[in-house]
Amino acid sequence: MTANDQAKGDTVVASASIYEQILQFANRADPYTLYRELRKTPVARQEDGVYVVSTYEHIVALLHDPRVSSDRRNLAHPPPGDPLPPSFIGLDPPEHDRLRRMTMRNFGPPHAPRTVENLRGELLPLVTSLIDGIAGRTRADIVDDIAYPLPVAVICRLLGVPREDEPKFHVWAEEIVETLGPGEGDQEERNKRRQAALLGLAGYLGELARAHRRDPGDDILSGLVTYDGPDGSMSELEVIATSALLLIAGHETTVNLIANGMLTLLRDPGLLQRLRQEPDLVIHVVEELLRFEPPVHFLPQRVALDDITVGGVTIPKGSSIVLALASGSRDPAHVRDPDRFDPDRPYIQHLGFGGGIHHCFGAPLARLETQIALRELATRLVNPRLVADPPPYRPSSVLRGPRHLFIEYDGVAPRL
Amino acid sequence: MRVVVDLTRCQGYGQCVFLAPDLFSMPGQEALMYDTDPDDKQRERILQAAAACPVQAIHVDRMATQHRTVDPELAHPTSARDDEFKRNGHIVIVGASLAGGRAAGVLRRDGFEGRITLVGDEPYEPYDRPPLSKQVLTGAVDAEHTMLPHLREIEVEWLAGTPATGLDIAAKQVRLADGRRIGFDKVLIATGARARPWPNKEEAALDGVYVLRTLDEARRMRRRLANGVDRVLVIGAGFTGSEVASVCRDLGLPVTVVEAGPAPLVGALGKVVGAVAADMQREAGVDLRCETTVTGLEGRDGRLTGARLSDGSTVEADMAVVALGAVRNVEWLEGSGLAAGPWGVATDAGCRAVDINGLVTDDVFVAGDVARFPHPVYHYQFLALEHWGNAVAQAEIAAHNMLSDQAHRWPHLSLPVFWSNQFHVNIKSVGVPTVADEIVIAQGSTAERRFVAVYGYRGRITAAVTFDQAMWLDFYRGQIEQAAPFPPGYRMVGQVEETRPMPAGVPQRLAPAEGATVVVTGHDPAERRVSLVRPPQ
Repeated sequence: MTANDQAKGDTVVASASIYEQILQFANRADPYTLYRELRKTPVARQEDGVYVVSTYEHIVALLHDPRVSSDRRNLAHPPPGDPLPPSFIGLDPPEHDRLRRMTMRNFGPPHAPRTVENLRGELLPLVTSLIDGIAGRTRADIVDDIAYPLPVAVICRLLGVPREDEPKFHVWAEEIVETLGPGEGDQEERNKRRQAALLGLAGYLGELARAHRRDPGDDILSGLVTYDGPDGSMSELEVIATSALLLIAGHETTVNLIANGMLTLLRDPGLLQRLRQEPDLVIHVVEELLRFEPPVHFLPQRVALDDITVGGVTIPKGSSIVLALASGSRDPAHVRDPDRFDPDRPYIQHLGFGGGIHHCFGAPLARLETQIALRELATRLVNPRLVADPPPYRPSSVLRGPRHLFIEYDGVAPRL
Repeated sequence: MRVVVDLTRCQGYGQCVFLAPDLFSMPGQEALMYDTDPDDKQRERILQAAAACPVQAIHVDRMATQHRTVDPELAHPTSARDDEFKRNGHIVIVGASLAGGRAAGVLRRDGFEGRITLVGDEPYEPYDRPPLSKQVLTGAVDAEHTMLPHLREIEVEWLAGTPATGLDIAAKQVRLADGRRIGFDKVLIATGARARPWPNKEEAALDGVYVLRTLDEARRMRRRLANGVDRVLVIGAGFTGSEVASVCRDLGLPVTVVEAGPAPLVGALGKVVGAVAADMQREAGVDLRCETTVTGLEGRDGRLTGARLSDGSTVEADMAVVALGAVRNVEWLEGSGLAAGPWGVATDAGCRAVDINGLVTDDVFVAGDVARFPHPVYHYQFLALEHWGNAVAQAEIAAHNMLSDQAHRWPHLSLPVFWSNQFHVNIKSVGVPTVADEIVIAQGSTAERRFVAVYGYRGRITAAVTFDQAMWLDFYRGQIEQAAPFPPGYRMVGQVEETRPMPAGVPQRLAPAEGATVVVTGHDPAERRVSLVRPPQ
């Protein structure tokens, strides 16, 4: 495709689609080179009629475009429904606003502005004990030892899910994540696995919700089952869909951010050293990570409610739209020198948490957990180094991160 | 630490509230309040909050430019050749508030190494006005703690507390109240506006009668509120009056609002949205009297006791806030030969002042509330805006153009954007809602006070106003910029109400030159000129 094609705004069908290559597992370690190619066609129609949008400006425009729905039932050819109703991430206003507002009552402003603040005191001891757990050896897996257990502990505590049930819901959650959005292999088979996992998780959470209704505690699930106010109350299915969303998103995303962060730091020893000396730097390190190595690479679920012209291309009503967030955050038209990790940028504006009304619900939590984990790891690990670069990756192209991040180190300093 | 949140950018994500709940708060769904000068002990939380803002609207100790580019710190080219003026010139900025301060920063960014003199009539360095009618009145923030962070370390000669009294364009001098004359190569007029006083001087002097525009005025009002007030009378339900009424209700004070129009905010937003604002005020317990005026203020022993209204009734009040709009600070330009008057100082789209003959000047620039500029999107009509966002955007254009040759000048084309927080609701507007014949509720519900109202004029979209729906505003900005048809005919999320256009009910726009008359003299083109005739006062 030439610049001329772009100027004419013709719909361009890429031959051996760049997007398909991005989905291939072999390219999980470095999708960024492919994103660079992808951005040459900012709005790329795929053979199956899906539109992939990859530049910052156009992604931001669509995130704030009321003609873009998050509800798959608006597709020209809707997929078979899940056994659960969509959670608010898959709904539009006014239903989305109502459910998100009712959930937010238990987590943030205006009704619970201090929830995250009150959690601060618990985060450091959690991280400290996890890092203490890898002292006395010289090899660890950042994913299994730190990056996974930390967010699981936090979301369990917040949501009101017993941590000892983790082995149970972990299997469902991972299955749901791996079958989210486009992937390789037989779609029907993927869908079957997905349905089974959703049913399993729904049964578990339904039981838990009933228990919380009988004996409410100081947690989000109790808040959801007991609330009855101006927005009405949540049905049992709504409670299950909402808590399933929080449970999965709460522990399948931050794990990637922490692991991607440690990987980035270990690739840049100068930065690791700076973190030890400038503790506030971690704030901007995490922000730059969200731009540079974000945990969520795509929003694969948007639908055009009407014909939408963006970047000179008209996306027809009923089409499926994929927003390539991780590509947009590395768009050179948005950020200078995008492929350089630079926490000293004066302003770091990224798509790491999406944008618009579906902006990540748990963003403050993900930020704080990662800031504390990276700062403590940088400070306490003595001479840490990567065992394998690139590390082995998880299958998902949407929630992208290492499956394991093995490191070696000379020791673990006690926390001062 | 100096903190300012650019609320024209803010979309109400609330990330700052999660991370620093002692410094940021959202009493409603999207209306943000914040501490403008937090303690250094809060540094970590402030930095976390600023870093987390999805639209990077929080500025700590340093500002950023409004015209955000890939590299905001980068100087923009101003001319093809190196020029003497940029190295050794002298720029005088008259007006040391938001626009003046911002212009100084941009001049330095774009490589001006000469002298900058900043002339201000107040003794303070540039401060942020929006908090004055909100956080300062509630007592959450002291008036003195509203100083704006700088764009960068700017070296300026700062003449504080010295009002300018005249401009001599031929001699290139600014005259000051203390008799000094300051020579300039180029001058920026950024003297803004002041609160319109109560027309009856004797009544205005009563103890308990206030206006609100400056830091000192806010401080006086706050002191009065803190000492205890029985009932507040707010005269005028525009944005300032409505915000004051909102704060007073938050403080638990009885409030009577008297408004000449059919509803609050009608002058800016029209009758449909005004009706929502009226409901909001009444629900909050405001005694709202529309289509009513105050005919006189009453006092005893020099203290305010109440007011007489046009409907024959009276209101007892020991505090009155006169919120009848603003008067542009142009008196000092009398005799300067510029096209200046009650309507502001006319400019071209590049912020260069226009003289009374309609000629564009070379070295005189205008920005902020005092400027009146033609906007191509609105049929080249002259707009005079009292918006925070316009002041900074226009100051940036003016400063850049002061350094630029013809090939590098920029037009000031940003669409007007403003916001207001009142009664725990965030109101935002893009475009010019008063250029409208019809309005439609495109998304959301007026009953819930969460909606997008779209304004149209002769079949195209001219403005959009949101109540707690700021995240959609940029979409409508794009629609206005593309001259999209009105009413918007597409399917959208959140369509709840019947989307049928209604009459906009915006006030007929004042003829822009009302009050000004000129006479033309001379026959030879070299002599033919106009001169201004002032109407009898």
